[in-house]
Amino acid sequence: MEFVVFVVAAAGALAGGVGVIASRTPVRSALSLLLVLGNLAVMYLLLSAQFIAALQVIVYAGAIVVLFLFVIMLLHMRTGEGRVEKLRWQRPVSYVLSGVFLSALLWAIWTGTGTQVATSPAGFGTVESVGRSLFTTFLLPFEIASVVLLVGIIAAVVVGRPVVPPSARAHLPPPE
Amino acid sequence: MIIPAQYYLTISAVLFTLGMVGVLVRRNALVIFMSIELMLNSVNLTFVTFARQLAAIEGQVAVFFVVVIAAVEVVVGLAIIIAIFRTRSTVDIDDVDLLRG
Repeated sequence: MEFVVFVVAAAGALAGGVGVIASRTPVRSALSLLLVLGNLAVMYLLLSAQFIAALQVIVYAGAIVVLFLFVIMLLHMRTGEGRVEKLRWQRPVSYVLSGVFLSALLWAIWTGTGTQVATSPAGFGTVESVGRSLFTTFLLPFEIASVVLLVGIIAAVVVGRPVVPPSARAHLPPPE
Repeated sequence: MIIPAQYYLTISAVLFTLGMVGVLVRRNALVIFMSIELMLNSVNLTFVTFARQLAAIEGQVAVFFVVVIAAVEVVVGLAIIIAIFRTRSTVDIDDVDLLRG
């Protein structure tokens, strides 16, 4: 039963992965990304990582993909790729190098040791166990992550604000 | 049956390679960004697999931080893409070649 769920999730994730890079329109890429994220959440559940699975659905599927869709909507229609490629050799070279890279990864995975999966202790991967680790051992990184989030918000506002032309700036009230 | 860790790692490796191909081959900045997300997610799967295999919760904590940083990265990156689009009316990265020698 577990294996069936794994096979279905794996097939969905791989199909979505192909869809992300092969779709003609960015909207389909974003929805394929959603497919990958959902199937990965199923895999996290299989790996007894309930908290991470919930986090995946809420943050990735709920926030990041929606953000992508908003930006695609904002830049509608004019997001196509040009016909002319400036670096013609880039495409075949990247296919070859990616193939080599994948073979190296698979070789490392299938010849490495330590294949058996340990039986996870009770309560492994719950909000309690992850939270306990997060608020004791990893308290400082946790706080730094919140600062990084704040910096990200400020950066998005600063970078994304409309550019005021110099002629219009003259009519603005002087800064305090 | 218990699924061996290699199966998960194989899925992760294939997803990472797909993301890499997407970054190298596509020229739409948004799709490149999604490919980067794909790579981050494949690494997350590796983290969770090893956390389960070694019964160590630290792997899942690492995934938590990756998700947080990925959210920040997407927000800032999309803001940059919008800023580029405002000034040059394109998201094709071949058209943004000011640094080209």
